[in-house]
Amino acid sequence: MSDLSTAPPLAEQEQYEPEEPAGLRALVTRFRGGDLGVVPVVAGLVVIWTVMQILNPVFLSSVNLVNLTLECAPVGVIALGVGLMLLVGQIDLSVGSLSGLSAALTAILFVDQGLSPWLAVPASVAAAAIIGLLYALVFNRLGVPSFVITLAGLLGFLGVQLWVLGSKGSINLPYDSGLVTFAQLDFLPSWLSYTLAVVAAGWLFAAGYLRARDRRAAGLPAASLRGLVLRSAVLLAGLGLAVWYLGRARGVGWMFVLFLALVLATHYLLARTRFGKSIYAVGGNVEAARRAGINVKAVYTSVFVLCTSLAAVGGVLAAARLAAANQSTGGGDVNLNAIAAAVIGGTSLFGGRGNAFAALLGIVVIQSISSGLTLLNLNSSFRYMVTGAVLLLAVALDAAARRSRASHGRA
Amino acid sequence: MLSGVHQPDAGTITFDGRPVTIPSPAAAQQLGIATVFQDLALCENLNVIENLFLGRELRGMRLDDVAMEVRSRELLRRLSAKIPKLSVPVAALSGGQRQTVAIARSLLGDPKIVILDEPTAALGVAQTAEVLNLIDRLREGGHGVIMISHNMDDVLSVADTVAVLRLGRNNGVFDAVEATTEQIVTAITGAADNAVTRRKRRARRAVAAGAQEGTGNE
Repeated sequence: MSDLSTAPPLAEQEQYEPEEPAGLRALVTRFRGGDLGVVPVVAGLVVIWTVMQILNPVFLSSVNLVNLTLECAPVGVIALGVGLMLLVGQIDLSVGSLSGLSAALTAILFVDQGLSPWLAVPASVAAAAIIGLLYALVFNRLGVPSFVITLAGLLGFLGVQLWVLGSKGSINLPYDSGLVTFAQLDFLPSWLSYTLAVVAAGWLFAAGYLRARDRRAAGLPAASLRGLVLRSAVLLAGLGLAVWYLGRARGVGWMFVLFLALVLATHYLLARTRFGKSIYAVGGNVEAARRAGINVKAVYTSVFVLCTSLAAVGGVLAAARLAAANQSTGGGDVNLNAIAAAVIGGTSLFGGRGNAFAALLGIVVIQSISSGLTLLNLNSSFRYMVTGAVLLLAVALDAAARRSRASHGRA
Repeated sequence: MLSGVHQPDAGTITFDGRPVTIPSPAAAQQLGIATVFQDLALCENLNVIENLFLGRELRGMRLDDVAMEVRSRELLRRLSAKIPKLSVPVAALSGGQRQTVAIARSLLGDPKIVILDEPTAALGVAQTAEVLNLIDRLREGGHGVIMISHNMDDVLSVADTVAVLRLGRNNGVFDAVEATTEQIVTAITGAADNAVTRRKRRARRAVAAGAQEGTGNE
């Protein structure tokens, strides 16, 4: 670049604040500015767990928490896709139907047609991906709002699900099949769980250390070694405790590990790749993204496809956990739970704000409520009411945070 | 059209002595024509660095944010930009700061020409001065600057040459040092008789008549 020769006055140079001013005061400032982060959902989770534990001491037992992790995975995977849709400012209302359809397709291909699960599952996910492509085509070409397209999809693909299941209405998956054991019986040996915990903490430290080294080499402010060690130690302690506590019962299920892996992969995609930045850009300001040379239609298309594919994966997991695909797979509250999870976890309904961990946190909240109320022998009517109230609270918090950002000139 | 947003119905574009076509914003950037749009086209939910590098991030599959931050700081320092913290979302910046970010972004691709569409239209007095300083520095840095503005003071304070477009046609090219506001406004409105010229005439008559007070010639 050509040289802009006029140098600024010395006093103006390098008056940059450190990268992340730490401490309580910075947190309070951020809060006031409407940048709530994960704090509300974690606080909510603590409240829910405390109340549930007081009402029924079984709630926080290892056995129940293991069940909780397994119940989180299917809808959590779906919520991950919904979160991506919300990030680009769109919504997919058909994830429930799509998960049911792909569960049914998997069951038909696997049980009726005798295909290997290694073929049946990818084929069903691919079918969902094609549906996503179709959605995107209608969205990009005709400009129909996504909630209308997917509302049509909600009905249409529920119909297809019922149709392919036929008069039987239900297909059982064999209990000894790999698909079912993966979702019900396969747990990590404890040595592997602990190893993964150590690897995760080590990874966090190594990544932070390398980043700090690069930043220092480039003359930028960087995180202190002490902070990095502390952060990794906290993660290690947390994961170690979780693994130990779950290990008192059956341990950490492979299905839950798959969910965590998908969350981490999505996080990487969003935070560390050009594609991820373009997702945020499209959600923040479509026109700006277009003028920056981003292929907006391609971004929409890939997010639609990712969302429907993840919904399909979630559906297959749900069927595997139930050992059956039937007419109600993906029906009932799956759809709304998935959307609610993404929103409760902190993904903004207004687009452009949120991250991959929202799906994880949100689904843990929802399944905690569900599991707690089930333990109290309360039927689904109460579950619906409480979940509805929590969802309303989360959206109200999102809207309030948005207003606060606006009044602090940050929205 | 030069930015590649709209397509011409007829005519040719000559750039660097050769005829070119500009089918898209990306093509314009490749030619070395950068545009700062009036609405700035920034993503408010992204921070300063992310906005600067939007659509051309370094290392797409594993973003090199250290290099991007270094280049952002270097660029903003050369523009003498007063943006204390680059990790805040653009929503937190003032109008002048946003304008600076938008201009800095246009400079990333090392353009030959920067087109500024109404850069001062939405700004206060101090911020306007800041942006005009910035435009001066762009010129000194060897960039061609095309500023589109309706503010005669701003135009005359930074421009070398003033071209007037009236109803889509070229309606006169002036040398900014010699031309007066009067001449330019005449070319814009297409009439020698308008508020500005009338006031000037009144003022001149008033001076000639020796009436010293209260002629509203501020």
